[in-house]
Amino acid sequence: MTANVKVSIKNLYKIFGSDPKSALVHAKNGIEKAELLEQHGHVLGLKDINIDIKDGEITVIMGLSGSGKSTLIRHFNRLIEPTDGQILIDGVDVMTLSDNDLRKLRQQGMSMVFQKFALLPHKTVLENAGTALRVRGESSENADQEGRKWLDRVGLAGFEDHYPHQLSGGMQQRVGIARALTSNSAVMLMDEAFSALDPLIRTDMQDLLLELQKELHKTIIFISHDLDEALKLADHLVILKDGEVVQQGEPQHILLNPSDPYIEDFVSDINRARVLRVRSVMRPLSDSTAAHAGTVDYNDTLEDVISHSDGDTSKVYLVKNGSEAVGTICMKDLVRALVPRAPSEDGVRGQVNAA
Amino acid sequence: MAFYDSIFDSLGLKEWCGADAKGGPMTMAELLTRSKGTQAEETSAWNVPFPSLDELHASCNAIPRTRDMTSGVEQFFLDIKSSLQFVLDPLTQPLSWLLDGSIWMFVSIPWWLLIALTLVAVQFITRSKSATLLVAFTWLFMAFIDHYTYAVQTMAIIFVCTGLSVLLGVPVGIAMSKNDRLQKAVIPVLDMLQTLPSFVYLIPLIFLFSVTESKLYGIAIILYAIVPVIRLTDLGIRLVDQDIIEAANAFGMSARQKLLSVELPLALPNIMAGVNQTIMMSLAMVVIASLVSAPGLGVLVLRGINNLELGVGLVSGFCIVILAILLDRVSKATLARVDVSQQN
Repeated sequence: MTANVKVSIKNLYKIFGSDPKSALVHAKNGIEKAELLEQHGHVLGLKDINIDIKDGEITVIMGLSGSGKSTLIRHFNRLIEPTDGQILIDGVDVMTLSDNDLRKLRQQGMSMVFQKFALLPHKTVLENAGTALRVRGESSENADQEGRKWLDRVGLAGFEDHYPHQLSGGMQQRVGIARALTSNSAVMLMDEAFSALDPLIRTDMQDLLLELQKELHKTIIFISHDLDEALKLADHLVILKDGEVVQQGEPQHILLNPSDPYIEDFVSDINRARVLRVRSVMRPLSDSTAAHAGTVDYNDTLEDVISHSDGDTSKVYLVKNGSEAVGTICMKDLVRALVPRAPSEDGVRGQVNAA
Repeated sequence: MAFYDSIFDSLGLKEWCGADAKGGPMTMAELLTRSKGTQAEETSAWNVPFPSLDELHASCNAIPRTRDMTSGVEQFFLDIKSSLQFVLDPLTQPLSWLLDGSIWMFVSIPWWLLIALTLVAVQFITRSKSATLLVAFTWLFMAFIDHYTYAVQTMAIIFVCTGLSVLLGVPVGIAMSKNDRLQKAVIPVLDMLQTLPSFVYLIPLIFLFSVTESKLYGIAIILYAIVPVIRLTDLGIRLVDQDIIEAANAFGMSARQKLLSVELPLALPNIMAGVNQTIMMSLAMVVIASLVSAPGLGVLVLRGINNLELGVGLVSGFCIVILAILLDRVSKATLARVDVSQQN
């Protein structure tokens, strides 16, 4: 993809403690998180983060709790001030904005969806959905009209006059999404937006988000601790560990080429057949006339192909992107791709077992 | 010879202390010793006197006695009285007008109109039939036993003082919730206002203002009753869910928008609980304030105590109790209504 970079984070550091500036020097010299805490009493929240977020893509930042992902997302709209580094949005450094301009950015340029919904409990669903417009000072008819449109779009038509506490968690988060969409901002920040929901509803919401994204092409920054969710949504995946980026790139690529035992551990547990796609496993087309058992789509998951083949591992399929043949996939390669590289003994899991 | 003579002698302070002769009036203890005609007893280790101001004065004239200290405090108040009065008198004068005006207004409205108006207002605010019925019963009962005018006076005072307490207390509470340092400075003052025996802070007020002025008891009631509304406004705003505040920030709300459309509405149940407490405390104080000429049911209680008119005191005391129940129920019903519309 050749999309433009919309948001870019450069050399971002965040240190918590009484004198972050002096601790920053140590952090830049490469001190470890545990050492910094022990010797200088400061917590290293984020260390040398560099991420380019492309326009119209979903970038998922993923990590376990304590990895700094929620801290990181709050830097995009400066809910948390970085200790050092740059945050560029359309080339403008957010750090240089005045209070007023920052408020404008938050009102118009970015919207946010929260893990705990954070709806206003004393306002109706419709009023909540129109929050962003009302904050900007637009008329309430306009806010209500936009709010109604997006509530309808997320499947909440008819609930406008309810209060948030009268809705289920999944519905409340739909209101949260409608509220973010109503602001019509180019960038959407989603902080573990679906983590508090039941698995089934979570899947629904993920589908809803993908469906909306197909139309809207927003720049979405999504935080998650769930790898399945991350792989399903991400165009670009960033994996954080202890405040550092361990690996980032295309999710399929990370899955097939984990760069680190930590990530190998991480990816060893997931259902690879459902996540991996034909395009990641296929071989480039050499001879389009060779015999094949049928055609599959470039973007099909391996699961699709397996059900297609009825489990016969001797078959070879032709891969098509649209109507053009782009490669072949043989079932043997496919099955091989399903087996993860053995998780190393000194990975996270090894340590846990030893302890 | 007093007990501590030797100490001053050995320290070489005899000259600083001045002549042995004691000036000024005698203390009660001295008078008693003299009238009994007994000499001061031999002092042993067992009855060493505590080196208090009076005891040290006996040995050294330069040290003031305790009564000198208290009269010094008195003198201090007298000295600053005129300048304080100059500032405070015009500043607080509107309070007198407000109190006198509202008492006059409440009393001069015909009884049937006032009762009808209160019932409509209570029904409108609380939407609770039982609260309205309770108010109706209380009013009619008091009117029947001829305590109506006194009760109306008490209510008028509570009405004005609670209103002013909320008007002053809520902004102070908001400021405290926004500023930790201010909170640290104000909380000891609130603690003092709450623990000071209610009689004690009538004393400086009596000094400053004439006892016949209504603002005297107005100030006393407001100072006493304003504490809970300040505390609970501060607490209420601090307790607003941080996630929601974060969302408000993320959508770019200004401090004003945040206060008016998020923090105050969400703190309202707590603020209302504070108002409830403020109402109850002003009722408690309005009874005591009858000592400084506050009209109302407290006057009857005072008459009962002063003239040993047992029946008068007990009946008016009972009226105060049902008035308290009424105020509590009505303000709680209002609180419940506020709460229901914003459950989480």
